[in-house]
Amino acid sequence: MSRSEVLVDADWVAEHGRDAGVVLVEVDEDTTAYDGGHIAGAIKLDWKKDLQDPVRRDFVNKEQFEKLLSERGISNDDTVVLYGGNNNWFAAYAYWYLKLYGHRDVRLLDGGRKKWELDARELTAETVTRPATSYTAQEQDLSIRAFRDEVIDAIGKKSLVDVRSPDEYAGRLLAPAHLPQEQSQRGGHVPTSVNVPWSKAANDDGTFKSDDELKKLYTEAGVNWDGEIIALCRIGERSSHTWFVLQELLGQQSVKNYDGSWTEYGSLVGVPVAVGDEPGQA
Amino acid sequence: MCGATTGGLSVAGIDTTKEAVIQGRVLRAGAPVSGAYVRLLDSAGEFTAEVPTSVTGHFRFFAGDGSWTLRTLAPGAKLDRVVRAARGSVAEVEVELEAA
Repeated sequence: MSRSEVLVDADWVAEHGRDAGVVLVEVDEDTTAYDGGHIAGAIKLDWKKDLQDPVRRDFVNKEQFEKLLSERGISNDDTVVLYGGNNNWFAAYAYWYLKLYGHRDVRLLDGGRKKWELDARELTAETVTRPATSYTAQEQDLSIRAFRDEVIDAIGKKSLVDVRSPDEYAGRLLAPAHLPQEQSQRGGHVPTSVNVPWSKAANDDGTFKSDDELKKLYTEAGVNWDGEIIALCRIGERSSHTWFVLQELLGQQSVKNYDGSWTEYGSLVGVPVAVGDEPGQA
Repeated sequence: MCGATTGGLSVAGIDTTKEAVIQGRVLRAGAPVSGAYVRLLDSAGEFTAEVPTSVTGHFRFFAGDGSWTLRTLAPGAKLDRVVRAARGSVAEVEVELEAA
């Protein structure tokens, strides 16, 4: 993969956003943001209602995913361009999710909704509907999804990249600071995981830094480019942003996103936890 | 600083004894600015959170004890403000942007 195959800018969206075979999709943490105004022609995916099983903690299954994309009017051959708030956290999550189910051509709008707004580009509240399709998903590609036992086994052996803020990594905060801090899990991080906050990969306007800057960032943090890398955060959305950087922008193979992340790991009985600013011992 | 000051965002439903709340409004020439982006940076300048302001220009964070920087981004404007937060209190901040 290279940057031009996975990332588009605002001018591209303005020019091609309504082309046949292109579907713009907004994905936000604040799922009401779309209703107040969105890029012309964009449909909405709700990361919680649409992409999570309503009962168990897991994703919707293959059949449910096929039904969802068919209803929303997305075809297997469409170029899906994702964008959203929070510096594209949830758009990156949806990107990874679409890749998990094998969608071929997915891209992110660089800078997401924020850059679009800061550039004072137009948003509209128009209702967007697309004709239904018959979407066929692949089985989940588990080469990009890590589960808890793999994370425990990776301690001291593989590169674990914790992309939360330094205060969450150290255990001083339990959630990103726009959310209340009372949480059930313990504070801290997986021992030997290095802390490279997702935000170091992005500029203030939400656009990604250059490939050279990104490569230097993870190299200096001690990431082993010859081995498997697992990214994690609190619920797997910010780590999707870093998964996108490592695998899609930098072309690194064998990068996994641990979607259970700290809300799962920090609640497990008996697993090792490190607190403070240092990675800790295996 | 035991509660929201007059005119501040309501803290109903928040256990302010357990949270270190930083909240306030972004204004330009005295008028609320909605859709501005407020970033919370820790004492080392590292990003911790970001929220867009509401239709009334309000924002809110749940931080920890210590010194924080609020970086406000809006079309044509960028402004940093230092603020102290402490568990059990609400720090109210008004961010006044230069007139466009």
